[in-house]
Parts: sequence; C-alpha cells; structure tokens
Amino acid sequence: MNIFEKLFGSSETSASSAKNRLKMVLVHDRNDISPGVLRQIRDDIIGVFAHHLNIDPDAVEVMLDENDNDNMLVAQVPLTPTRRVRTNH
Amino acid sequence: MGHGKVITITSGKGGVGKTTVTANLSTALAMAGYKVVAIDADIGLRNLDVVMGLENRIVYDLVDVVEGRCRLNQAMIKDKRLEGLSMIPAAQTRDKNAISPTDMVLVCDQLREEVDYIVIDSPAGIERGFQNALAPADQVIIVTNPEVSAVRDADRIIGMIEAEEKGPGKLIINRYKPDMVARGDMLSIEDIVDILHIDIIGIIPEDEKILISTNRGQPLVMQNGHAKETGVAIRNIANRVKGDEIPFIDLAVKDGFMSRLRGWVTS
Ligand SMILES: Nc1ncnc2c1ncn2[C@@H]1O[C@H](COP(=O)(O)OP(=O)(O)O)[C@@H](O)[C@H]1O
Ligand SMILES: [Mg+2]
Repeated sequence: MNIFEKLFGSSETSASSAKNRLKMVLVHDRNDISPGVLRQIRDDIIGVFAHHLNIDPDAVEVMLDENDNDNMLVAQVPLTPTRRVRTNH
Repeated sequence: MGHGKVITITSGKGGVGKTTVTANLSTALAMAGYKVVAIDADIGLRNLDVVMGLENRIVYDLVDVVEGRCRLNQAMIKDKRLEGLSMIPAAQTRDKNAISPTDMVLVCDQLREEVDYIVIDSPAGIERGFQNALAPADQVIIVTNPEVSAVRDADRIIGMIEAEEKGPGKLIINRYKPDMVARGDMLSIEDIVDILHIDIIGIIPEDEKILISTNRGQPLVMQNGHAKETGVAIRNIANRVKGDEIPFIDLAVKDGFMSRLRGWVTS
C-alpha cells in the first residue's frame, strides 16, 4: 500500500482490497496463528509492560501486518496519560 | 506399470468448477486422439455423469469395482459420441469410506495399462475422498475462482498437496472476467499468482455456455463454432497437460499481462 492509498483508502479498487485482505488472511493461515494465539501473546505483552509502566490493558492491540514483503507482528501499547510531576523549589 | 498418466482435478472450496473442468479436459484430450477415462471420485455426490451426459448408461460404479462386484471394464461407460473417451461413475448412496487411497492406486494402476490419461474429479479439499483422489495422482490441478474465499482455500489445499509430496500442483483460474479485471473489480491473474506462487495451467472465462452445455449433457469443447474463446481456453489446457508450451494469448492479451504470464509459465 502506498501513501496515496493509505490517505485515500476509499479510492482503492475492490480488487486491490481483495488482494490485501487475502495476503493478511494467508499470513494467519500459513503460520497457523489463531485468534487464541494472538490473545495469549497480547496477555503476555500486557503482563511485561504493566510490570514496568502505567498502561491501559484494554487499549493494547496485537496484530499481524505486512510491510513490502515482510510479515510482522505489531503490538501497540499506549501509555496512560500522566500529569507532569511538579517539583517545588 | 502402464504408461497412462493420472491427473487429479481438485479445489479447496466447492463449486469452483472441478467437475466442469474434468468433463471438458477429458473430452478435449480424447478429441486430440488420446484414450481417456474420467473418474468421479466424489462418492455420495455423483455428478460427473450428468455433466458428461452419460447418466442413463450407468450399470456399475467405482465402489462396485473396488468391492469386486464387477470388472473394471464393466464400470467404464464408453462415450458413443467420442472415440477413446470413457467415464467411471461414483457411487451415489454408499458411505464415503467405501474406498481407500490404496484402492484408488490399484484401480488407476490397472487403468494405466489401457489408457493415456486418467482424469479424476476430486471432492473439494479436507473431505475424505480428497485423499483417495490424491493418492494415485501424477499431476494435481487445483481449480479456483478469482475470489477471496476460493483463493484462500486454494492456498490451504496447495499446502496439503505439498505435504503429501504430490506437488507442485498447477492452477486453473475459472470464471475469469477480463472486463471486471480491467475495472479493478476482480483479482487479476497476476494478483493470484503473486499470492499463491504457483504455475498456471489454464484460465477459463466466465461463460454462460458452460451452463447451457451442462443442461444438454454435452461438454462445451465438443461443440464446434460456438463458445470459441472458452473452447480454446480448455483445449489449451489439454495441450499444456500433454506438455506443449502454449502462450496465454486469448484472455491475457486483454489484460496486457501476456508477456509476464509467459514468464510465469515457463519459469
Ligand atoms: N467458466 C464458467 N462459466 C460459467 N459457469 C461456470 C463456469 N465453470 C463452472 N460454472 C458453473 O458453476 C457451477 C459449479 O461448477 P462445478 O463444475 O459443478 O463445480 P465443482 O465440481 O467444483 O463443485 C455449475 O453450475 C457450472 O455450470
Ligand atoms: Mg463437482
């Protein structure tokens, strides 16, 4: 997907959206990555990050993505907004 | 062992055109002068007989052969319209486990002595009958449609064929619509090859004459004149099965993919 297609997703032809969706589905199929496996990975990631940082477990997302020809696992772990710590002098 | 070659026609998803391809490919090979037998391996869902227009002449079926109720020759229905073509029907009512992969290998080894090509109409993947159809295969042809679910299921079946060491399979894209591809509304040949990484052995257009010929029980390739493009597409598959190198001119030219296709096919 080029930047143009990302910006104007709606102009994508139905054939190229079929192709992109197929590619993603096949990454799951070929690697035998079930929703259960992804859920487990997500839980593990939440465990690791929550140990060190302030995160919102519900906002964590784990998914497969594709970049050129590489498939990758992408995890998004948003930090919970925190107030600046004020130091008084 | 005889010289006959076993070609298994299969798919991941049902309804993509396996039976249509089996009937027409068998017919096209017989028209080219070969001795051909088509076998319906879809036990319980017999329909190759009606597509080929031979349903009224069935006396014995594949299970009768395997269980020794008749000789192999008695179950082979000769097509009176076309010298060299015959068909062995599937059993309609019996259970799917009536035949094992070993049975199919034995039946096909016998047929190899008598004919040049044995074309097996396989049930769609994962069903038990699929293993039966795969076991004797020298060449597996996977049929798909240019559609997300059919391509996805084709990928799965290609993996299974490789796991059984029956690969590399070759792909037929059936029900292709060049005008939709040109509008960007159908996966192109190039898209499908890019996704499945497999050689193409044929591209068959969407053509209502397929249904008309099925209504009549006359495989489309038997009719001369009408249905030109589709008939050529099928005869090209037969020629490629024989080992000829035939460029994908007919449909590919419209897409401007011809040169690239040549590359894929010869690679
Ligand atoms: N190229 C085509 N154009 C139009 N209709 C087709 C084409 N190929 C197959 N069909 C139709 O699709 C249906 C399913 O085909 P069939 O060969 O029975 O599939 P399968 O054996 O894989 O289940 C049939 O009604 C057939 O006439
Ligand atoms: Mg069928």
